[in-house]
Amino acid sequence: MTVTATPNGFDLDNGGRRVVVDPVTRIEGHMRCEVNLDENNVIRNAVSTGTMWRGLEVILKGRDPRDAWAFTERICGVCTGTHALTSVRAVEDALGIDIPENANSIRNIMQLTLQAHDHLVHFYHLHALDWVDVISALSADPKATSELAQSISDWPLSSPGYFRDIQTRLKRFVESGQLGPFMNGYWGNPAYKLPPEANLMAVTHYLEALDFQKEIVKIHTVYGGKNPHPNWLVGGMPCAINIDGVGAVGAVNMERLNLVSSIIDRTIEFIDRVYIPDLLAIASFYKDWNYGGGLSSTSVLSYGDIPDHANDNSAANLMLPRGAIINGDLSKIHEVDLRDPEQIQEFVDHAWFRYDDETKGLHPWDGVTEPNYVLGPNAKGTSTRIEAVDEGAKYSWIKAPRWRGHAMEVGPLARYIIGYAQGNPEFKEPVDKLLTDLDLPLPALFSTLGRTAARGLEASWAAHKMRYFQDKLMANIKAGDTATANIDKWEPRTWPKRAKGVGTSEAPRGALGHWIVIEKGRIDNYQAVVPTTWNGSPRDPAGNIGAFEAALLNTPVAKADEPLEILRTLHSFDPCLACSTHVMSPDGEELTRVKVR
Amino acid sequence: MSSPPKVLILGIGNLLWADEGFGVRCVEALAAGWRFPPNVTLLDGGTQGIYLVDQVREADVLVVFDAVDYGLAPGTLKRVEGDAVPKFMGAKKMSLHQTGFQEVLALAELLGGYPAHLLLIGVQPLALEDFGGSLRPEIRGRIGPAIAIAFEYLRDFGITPSPLDRVAAQGVNLPHPALGITAYELGRPAPEQACRVGDARVLSRIPAAAGAD
Repeated sequence: MTVTATPNGFDLDNGGRRVVVDPVTRIEGHMRCEVNLDENNVIRNAVSTGTMWRGLEVILKGRDPRDAWAFTERICGVCTGTHALTSVRAVEDALGIDIPENANSIRNIMQLTLQAHDHLVHFYHLHALDWVDVISALSADPKATSELAQSISDWPLSSPGYFRDIQTRLKRFVESGQLGPFMNGYWGNPAYKLPPEANLMAVTHYLEALDFQKEIVKIHTVYGGKNPHPNWLVGGMPCAINIDGVGAVGAVNMERLNLVSSIIDRTIEFIDRVYIPDLLAIASFYKDWNYGGGLSSTSVLSYGDIPDHANDNSAANLMLPRGAIINGDLSKIHEVDLRDPEQIQEFVDHAWFRYDDETKGLHPWDGVTEPNYVLGPNAKGTSTRIEAVDEGAKYSWIKAPRWRGHAMEVGPLARYIIGYAQGNPEFKEPVDKLLTDLDLPLPALFSTLGRTAARGLEASWAAHKMRYFQDKLMANIKAGDTATANIDKWEPRTWPKRAKGVGTSEAPRGALGHWIVIEKGRIDNYQAVVPTTWNGSPRDPAGNIGAFEAALLNTPVAKADEPLEILRTLHSFDPCLACSTHVMSPDGEELTRVKVR
Repeated sequence: MSSPPKVLILGIGNLLWADEGFGVRCVEALAAGWRFPPNVTLLDGGTQGIYLVDQVREADVLVVFDAVDYGLAPGTLKRVEGDAVPKFMGAKKMSLHQTGFQEVLALAELLGGYPAHLLLIGVQPLALEDFGGSLRPEIRGRIGPAIAIAFEYLRDFGITPSPLDRVAAQGVNLPHPALGITAYELGRPAPEQACRVGDARVLSRIPAAAGAD
């Protein structure tokens, strides 16, 4: 048993029992997590391993920078558009390309659509089942469920008959063998706290949300030309605007604009009348479960996004805040410069890569991706079948990014804490209202539940900002400006011989950066630091632990072989794993394997 | 006469991972070589998971091309029809990004609107662990036979595609031209330019995939 204090304020004890949580997928890899439990089943050490390597430069080196977005859109099945947006921004930054105001509005609508959609789907489809016991919903009284629903929202679908119908449908599914979609959960685990009626209400809204989400993404079809895989363009957006057009192929006309407008209205309505009330109702039963804060109370980072006006990347122009908070000092927001070689650096002494000097970090423009897959002396198993990694040595395919040497949390909670600390009423007022409604103090925000709550608040914020930019776009079009693209620097002969750029965005799950080096019209280097690189990062030469690891510490686990609490906290980050799990297997493979040693 | 059925021909998988791209490449080949009646939609579904639920629910007839693991010899085509196509969900996901196509089907069933007719045409892949790589020649050679299976199935629904004289322009629901199979393969950085292999576990899986499991 060894107890170590990390420089960022956590005590680690790698004695006791080791529990391994490993998502099982067809392609080796993704993310795994190992924790040590003490005699009281409390997590005293946490080790997060990114098990697959997917450097973008491997694919992009030598290609046309104007095509990079199309490749980056394919690295992930969920975050497609946000990678494409970040990629075109990196190229435009390198080449000094300005985009038209309409393109800025449309890109913001696309990005906000993704935020609202992703948060909604994350909450109901992935995360709700960490809090909601589906099987318990079967024993709910539909009348009491109706009363509960009507007490928290005026959403019309709330009659006893409606909930009874859903309950009947649910029973049929649970009893139908192969189609028992919910049979795989940890149902009945004592960590579930909701009464049956709240469970039935939440499951009902799970179904409604699944049905509704398809509407939201139609916005991507209108502005991106198609969905999945909407189109993007270096210099603007590829959609032409022809306000008087009727049925014109490809052009955005009045009918399409009105369609977007009505989807935005319905998105606002669903989020504000279903998602937010559900969030509050569920949270009210888990107020005592205040674990999972990790780095959020000390170190958070946001690059900022959603520029109000085109071509102005100053912090004042960004509607999602840019800044860093360190050492828990909310009174000081540090300015973040992604070009400064001293600020963002990636370390590899605990990652399966090789640097000449691994005591130092490298800025992404100087990034090196040279694999070095070796297990540490205390690892268990073999190099092809790892039973337990040695976190004292290299143990992850994720590099460890640091901001001025600090491990940082990124994501909705980070953005909300920074916005709150800035005193921006758009962030501060909803947070204060939420805390008042739940009768909780501000520090309660620094938790798994706080992360989940911030995501919900941000979904609402994003939906309302979609309305803002749609109105702005309409006003601009009506004033006669229909430009959506600037092609002045489309031809490579107009480019400098060598250029460097950085593109950033706030993806639903956190700060995203693409760094590009262009040489003679071709990509010379391309490095992406994704949100899960920040949150899932391994340790660094100083011994700082990353956000996943920090968030898991000191959490009690009710049953060691049912890591519900571990998944709950990891899910609250909305982790991004490489998406290539779509190879079918004939049997119902279990998606997460748990081993207790 | 009733209106013709809505037919969705869907290719799924990640074209950045070698044989994982089989489904998307089948749809790409269909679009490049054949003309379909207007009730047929070709769709590059990529790895879109939940985004595809709605498209699936709208279809009366669904034909899916994918790389599948049925433990067969690499390159073997597997034809699975109707209820024999697995559909299930898992609640123990680590990430939303694990929404497999089985789950898309299960969600379509749960929400209503499951396709009346469903055919899965799968190929047993040879190599997946090659980020930035393309289909292995053995697997690429199965695109034609896989398409033939689809055509035979579609004939029962009155659909007989006609061959195009020339390679067609990219359709709206297909990969961006930069990702077309030829441009994708020709533009790949050489191994000495950008390292391709990283993990001993990855290396160990390629021969394993070739043998019986």
